Amino acid sequence: MAVTLPQAAVAYETVAAGAGGSRAWRRFALNPAAIAGSLILLVMVSAAVAAPWVAPHDPAKQSLLRRFTPPMWQAGGSSAYPFGTDQVGRDVLSRIVHGARISLLVGVSAVIVSLLVGVTAGLVSGFLGGKVDTVIGTVVDVWLSFPQILLALAFVAALGPSLVTIIVVLGLTGWERYTRVVRAEVMVLREKEFVEAARALGVGRLRIIFRHVLPNTVSSIVVMSTLQVAQAILAEAALSFLGVGSGNAYPTWGQMISLGRDFVTVAWWLATLPGLAILMTVLAINLVGDRLRDALDPRTT
Amino acid sequence: MSAFLIRRLLRFVVVCIGVSLVTFSILHASGDPVALIMPEAAEADRAKLREALGLSDPLPTQFVRFVANAARGDFGQSFFHREPAFRLVVERLPTTLTLTCLAVALALGVALPVGIYSAVRRNTVADHSATVVVFLGQSMPVFWIGIMLMLLFAVQWRLLPVSGWGTWSSMVLPSVTLGAFTTPLFMRIIRSSMLEVINLDYVRTARAKGLSEWLVICRHALRNAALPIVTVTGLQFGLLLGGAVLTETVFAVPGVGRLIVGAIRQLDFPIVQAGVFLLAIIIVSVNFLVDVLYVYLNPTVRLR
Repeated sequence: MAVTLPQAAVAYETVAAGAGGSRAWRRFALNPAAIAGSLILLVMVSAAVAAPWVAPHDPAKQSLLRRFTPPMWQAGGSSAYPFGTDQVGRDVLSRIVHGARISLLVGVSAVIVSLLVGVTAGLVSGFLGGKVDTVIGTVVDVWLSFPQILLALAFVAALGPSLVTIIVVLGLTGWERYTRVVRAEVMVLREKEFVEAARALGVGRLRIIFRHVLPNTVSSIVVMSTLQVAQAILAEAALSFLGVGSGNAYPTWGQMISLGRDFVTVAWWLATLPGLAILMTVLAINLVGDRLRDALDPRTT
Repeated sequence: MSAFLIRRLLRFVVVCIGVSLVTFSILHASGDPVALIMPEAAEADRAKLREALGLSDPLPTQFVRFVANAARGDFGQSFFHREPAFRLVVERLPTTLTLTCLAVALALGVALPVGIYSAVRRNTVADHSATVVVFLGQSMPVFWIGIMLMLLFAVQWRLLPVSGWGTWSSMVLPSVTLGAFTTPLFMRIIRSSMLEVINLDYVRTARAKGLSEWLVICRHALRNAALPIVTVTGLQFGLLLGGAVLTETVFAVPGVGRLIVGAIRQLDFPIVQAGVFLLAIIIVSVNFLVDVLYVYLNPTVRLR
């Protein structure tokens, strides 16, 4: 846990350095919303990493004797089960803590898949232009024509639900935003004299990509991918809610809400509390992403 | 202008073909569809069925046949209902569209005044509270919003039915849920499009003429802010239908979304294909119409 904070700070700082140095970073670090968001995220990430040690109980341990124990602040609640228990007596808090693992893992991994696909497509589209560009543009159009959640649902069901399938399918929805940004940047740079000069001198495309294209797009990519993590977490929750999650072996927030919906008349906490966990996490990521955008945007001062 | 429309029309056709290709591949992503239809049958029987369904033909042949059939609304029989899949989907379409339209109406009813007010009174307490609402709204899963509303209005206060569809009272919670999911989206778009135009010269001129603030906003600013609002609404239509799918599942609304989700659980692929295809074609058509509308509304595009 002690490693997480400095690393994150370094990551932000590198980004900020690309877009106007430490001023952008300071603008971010001094913003109350950004601080609140980062703190919540820190708690969530530590809970996910340390879940087996932090969770008070085994999330899979059932006990029919204490089914539907209400949260501790309600009559009949017990401080041993702060968030109560579910229909088979499993500890809700422990399941929420463990659920953070799947949500964050899927969120971040899906965005990495999106980045790989989207940035590559953008570079290819921009550098090759012509027919290739048209084809990639059409693929994006087709892709955006589906309700993404349904498409993901259909493919996860067809391929068989598993963690990897979910990550890949969610990663394959939402990559087009990076393609757009990277392609636009390449288009602009292609016309620049210094790039032409560099190419005339025999500088390879890869070098141009890493020295000029990617650094210029880094700040928008960082902002977009932060916000996409939030969307991927919501999408994962929706998939598990609909019953095609990563399987029942491990608790997820969406699956907990889905079970809670069946017992909505007897146990309000079953659906409410995992939803609050999603809300807090996604809100924190959105806050950080939004403040990052403001801090990195050269137009706002 | 006609060149522009022809280009858009061409793109529309190409995208439709792409949509068919993706829908077509859903079935084949599952591996062997015949194993799903008759899981316990002997290999000889399976081969016979595969032959009968044309699944042993080369893929391009199958795809052409799929497109030809899809164009006629033929996606085969549902594995479970033993009825044409497309008819089952179309029967449920009005419910989904009603839900979506009610939600959009609710969302616009809230987002339009609030979004405009936020833009006009930028950086006031009201504007900041609206921003907070937008942030909260966009961070909640739509199905959770639905369950929370259900918990309050149906379980706690017993004002409205827990689920179902048909009576007016049963339509309230699903529509409000989907509306609550859509409102932040609209609010953000409306606020930013209003901000774009509100300080432009012609709006200042209108003010300088002595028109009342209300007239300036409605007649001059809003009319020009309407363009991006329409475009983005078109682009977000897919998100909206996705939200409808989840809302229908929460409240057991008998719409297309719930049908598809049920079919996916039973691996009833004809229904999945018919449903996904129909929704995608609706989205593509909406986007095409928005493009056409854009040309008619925007004089700068019309000139080109």
